[in-house]
Amino acid sequence: MEFAELIKTPRADNVVLHRPFYLAVEGTLCLTGHHLIFSSRRQDNAEELWLLHSNIDSIEKRFVGSLGTIIIKCKDLRIIQLDIPGMEECLNIASSIEALSTLDSVTLMYPFFYRPMFEIIEDGWRSFLPDQEFELLSSVTEEWRLSCINKEFSVCPSYPPVVMVPKSIDDEALRKVAMFRHGSRFPVLSYYHKKNGMVMMRSSQPLTGTNGRRCKEDEKLINATLRPGKRGYIIDTRSLNVAQQARAKGGGFEQEAHYPQWRRIHKCIERFNILQESLIKLVEACNDQSHNMDRWLSKLEASNWLTHIKEILTAACLAAQCIDREGASVLVHGTEGTDSTLQVTSLAQIILDPRCRTIRGFESLVVREWLQAGHPFQQRCAQSAYSNSKQKWEAPVFLLFLDCVWQILRQFPCSFEFNEQFLIMLFEHAYASQFGTFLGNNENERSKLKLPQKTMSLWSWVNRSEELSKFQNPLYEANSLVIWPSVAPQSLQLWEGVFLRWNRPSKFLDEAHEEMINIIKYNKELQAKVNALRRQLAEMETDDRMQENL
Amino acid sequence: LCHFFAQVENVRLLDRLSSRKTALGTLYLTATHVIFVENGSETRKETWVLHSQISSIEKQATTATGCPLLIRCKNFQVIQLVIPQERDCHDIYISLIRLARPVKYEELYCFSFNPKLDKEEREQGWKFVDLNEEYNRMGIPNNYWQISDVNRDYGVCDSYPTEVYVPKSATAHIIVGSSKFRSRRRFPALSYYYKDNNASICRSSQPLSGFSARCLEDEQMLQAIRKANPGSDFIYVVDTRPKLNAMANRAAGKGYENEDNYSNIKFQFIGIENIHVMRNSLQKMLEVCELKSPSMSDFLWGLENSGWLKHIKAIMDAGIFIAKAVAEERVSVLVHCSDGWDRTAQVCSVASLLLDPYYRTMKGFMVLIEKDWVSFGHKFNDRYGNLDGDPKEISPVIDQFIECVWQLMEQFPCAFEFNERFLIHIQHHIYSCQFGNFLCNSQKERRELKIQERTYSLWAQLWKNRADYLNPLYRSDHSQTQGTLHPRMAPYNFLFKFWSGMYNRFEKGLHPRQSVTDYLMAVKEETQQLEEELEVLRERLANLQKSQFYDNKVKSKQQDQSKQLGLSTSNSCLANTPQEYSNDLKSFPSRSPSQGDEEDSALILTQDNLKSSDPDLSANSDQESGVEDLSCRSPSGGSCLPSEDSGKDSDEAVFLAI
Repeated sequence: MEFAELIKTPRADNVVLHRPFYLAVEGTLCLTGHHLIFSSRRQDNAEELWLLHSNIDSIEKRFVGSLGTIIIKCKDLRIIQLDIPGMEECLNIASSIEALSTLDSVTLMYPFFYRPMFEIIEDGWRSFLPDQEFELLSSVTEEWRLSCINKEFSVCPSYPPVVMVPKSIDDEALRKVAMFRHGSRFPVLSYYHKKNGMVMMRSSQPLTGTNGRRCKEDEKLINATLRPGKRGYIIDTRSLNVAQQARAKGGGFEQEAHYPQWRRIHKCIERFNILQESLIKLVEACNDQSHNMDRWLSKLEASNWLTHIKEILTAACLAAQCIDREGASVLVHGTEGTDSTLQVTSLAQIILDPRCRTIRGFESLVVREWLQAGHPFQQRCAQSAYSNSKQKWEAPVFLLFLDCVWQILRQFPCSFEFNEQFLIMLFEHAYASQFGTFLGNNENERSKLKLPQKTMSLWSWVNRSEELSKFQNPLYEANSLVIWPSVAPQSLQLWEGVFLRWNRPSKFLDEAHEEMINIIKYNKELQAKVNALRRQLAEMETDDRMQENL
Repeated sequence: LCHFFAQVENVRLLDRLSSRKTALGTLYLTATHVIFVENGSETRKETWVLHSQISSIEKQATTATGCPLLIRCKNFQVIQLVIPQERDCHDIYISLIRLARPVKYEELYCFSFNPKLDKEEREQGWKFVDLNEEYNRMGIPNNYWQISDVNRDYGVCDSYPTEVYVPKSATAHIIVGSSKFRSRRRFPALSYYYKDNNASICRSSQPLSGFSARCLEDEQMLQAIRKANPGSDFIYVVDTRPKLNAMANRAAGKGYENEDNYSNIKFQFIGIENIHVMRNSLQKMLEVCELKSPSMSDFLWGLENSGWLKHIKAIMDAGIFIAKAVAEERVSVLVHCSDGWDRTAQVCSVASLLLDPYYRTMKGFMVLIEKDWVSFGHKFNDRYGNLDGDPKEISPVIDQFIECVWQLMEQFPCAFEFNERFLIHIQHHIYSCQFGNFLCNSQKERRELKIQERTYSLWAQLWKNRADYLNPLYRSDHSQTQGTLHPRMAPYNFLFKFWSGMYNRFEKGLHPRQSVTDYLMAVKEETQQLEEELEVLRERLANLQKSQFYDNKVKSKQQDQSKQLGLSTSNSCLANTPQEYSNDLKSFPSRSPSQGDEEDSALILTQDNLKSSDPDLSANSDQESGVEDLSCRSPSGGSCLPSEDSGKDSDEAVFLAI
């Protein structure tokens, strides 16, 4: 298919762009296969706006006489308005944008066409490989092995080719366990807590069904992770009620009779359309231009967004607490084990593991616990807060995770190597990107699409020092401790950086951030100067002494 | 030794958030404080509560474990005690009721508080804020404004200061005439003068207009205010009350200005609710703060239903309106409410703060409170219940102003010289009665009581500790510190946030565990030391280079000197490594100056006066969390304290609610 077929009017002049906090600008609008480009014609202050079609969540058109207006709502929550003279031009442009922003085929997406303008120092597709992770693990324990059972994605389509499993469990047993778990997602290692050797595993629900099926290999696998005499916790991210209902559909939960060393805890983390609706309501409230303080709080409350944040964080804290405080191993699952499960396991690692609070470590966490673990990014992030499609599989699961990380970051502002911008960047790229990293729903699909060969990795771009400097937290000082966030409502806040990003003037906050950087930069410069002088003096003094001795 | 009214052993202090953290100890009652000393000699946690901070005491039904006593404080601390014997509990309850409600000013803490300063230091302290100096700074007296002595013996208005600034054309006759037409004779007087364009903010009480009454002198007075600003042909009269309230007042012979009677005024209502609505609103919000493990919905609903943030926004909106009128429209404004001592004070001070960067400095903020609140007769005694009085008079008027400042600080992080701690400590001392500044209801009463001769000034004390109150992001040459602030106030572009640092002040577990402010202050401190060291090193280098040209004798001598110098500087740089300076980097709650010296118990109980000069001391000195914060911030904290982690303070029960 040629994009040109979809673009009837590739260019319109005298278009006026409206954005909050900026004066309206007149300029030229151009459409290309993947971008909407607006460039102002004013010589003194030429500026360009590039918008990926895939970033466009919804589009509305209005007409007053022959002046058409298009309102474009983006997945990154920005809203812009374009006034386009000429009804035909406007209609053409609107229909082109609609078509180009809803392309069916993944291979038509921009990452397949994008040619990087920067020098690639490190191929991000090879930055975080399971072998490296296993090597790290092997240096502290020998109880685990790397299994290639899923090499051809033949056992579990949503798992990566290699997974970490208990050494004592062979591939044959794993195959049987896979049959007993939803979507074949058998329990695998998610995190090893060096401090006390406790582990966190994740899986999907067991297929116990109504007649209480059991699987000896499953029980054996899970028990293999326990130290002698120790107990473990199974954190089911569904309420007991939901878990019980799942039995009717063949799913279910671990019966304590069959897993006597394990205690099951039910948490209630919402899924799918409930989360999507929550996001839609929240963004609606944030965009409400009325000046009424009253309704704001009840709208915020009604969106339930912060309730979801609280629930997810609480479950993650619980998992971390079981591991670090109770000295118990943990298995986390919900139904499929691809959404709430990953929220919990990844957040628990941020709480427990200082490495996950570094930039590199956080990237590795996203790769391991989200991309390789088979969170269906393409389905979940197909649409955002302005969509009308209401597909069941769309849900801001990853955004909720990032929001939770931001909440912890806010409570421990000196313990993270990255800043808020880093999280916002990940949010943007999960929804629309020039990079292939978040395309596809699992490693299987990514390998079929040949993403590593045909597209650029987000990490190749981010991990260059030019980009990294934007995402570094000036206050960072490595903190080797477990960090326990507060989950009380008083401690949780709306993430303004995302939800009020386009509506609030950020000048003063940016200035504050700059000032912080300056204070610390100046301190470091002085430190360097003092050290250099000290060295110089020491050298001169030794020279002197040597001369004296002569 | 201090005299104890009572001493009860085996008392339990409950932790609101966690049942695991109940502490067993001894309760002491002194003339000024309730003190709980935890058993167990190692940490010796102490909780000090000033009697004047107590807002309510509740004796709850006796249980098998004892008799619970609930003490709520005006600085938002809530203390839950369980006393083994019902009889002891009753005695404590009765004593506290009496002690928390003094009937004479002389019973208040400031009359016994002795910070060990001599007479001269005390007098200097009181001179620290000088309002004449402040009006001079504004550029007054000038061609349009002058000081009037019409109220020199409080003869015209007993709740006004003796020195009042009025338009030059307002004669004594006009002032007195106008005062007779105003509630409690609070005639229009200058609050703030905007040098750049001659516009001003004046304040008064409501006119006694009823349905039709007029007063020529009052009309002349407003005319005089307008004339004092030649650049504008009208003035705004801002009534900060809701229109309905103002209309109701007409039936009582009071009311508001009729535009037809006054030449060239534009009249404007700004609906800020009265003290009773505000008191109830705070009450409702505090109930939300006190909820045990509330859900997000409970919390947000409760916050919304309390209406608190709506009221804060109303005050802010009024301040913004006035600042805009003055700075942008160049129009003078007369502000009043009913008596002109609550809402008027709030609004005038918010507007001044927006208009003039000086009030955003530490000293300037003290001056602002002195100007708009203390001198103009804000009824501190009645509003904050210092002496036993009518509970219906109590209302968090200045608390709201302080919160407005905090909300502005959130929006303009570089604009204020002071930090959040400064605001919290001022709030604490408005209620503590430890310093004389906020005693009584008016200047007249304070003078009669000879406050300045018998008590100390808070401002000098805060100034002495100003290093603790600095905002590291403030730079006097920064663009945010210049000129008028233009805040955004719609929810969609600025969030009014719940201020947990104030209203859940004593629940440290709810606050961010690392303080950006403290971290940056420590960095700046280190930077300063580095600058000094750099200077020394450069000198040494220069000397050394010079010495190489001299003969050997001279050289070796100098070298000796520089060696000594070198030793001392390298010592001080050793003390400069992050591990070391993190010791100065105490967490917010434990950072206060006098807490470092935790003496032994006997000393503490004898020197209670000194110790409790620090507002944070009345809190649980939670050393555990202090240690934890330290170890979190220090880069090598982990290796120093391998077994510690920040989980110490977190409430595990929260997560483990299975």
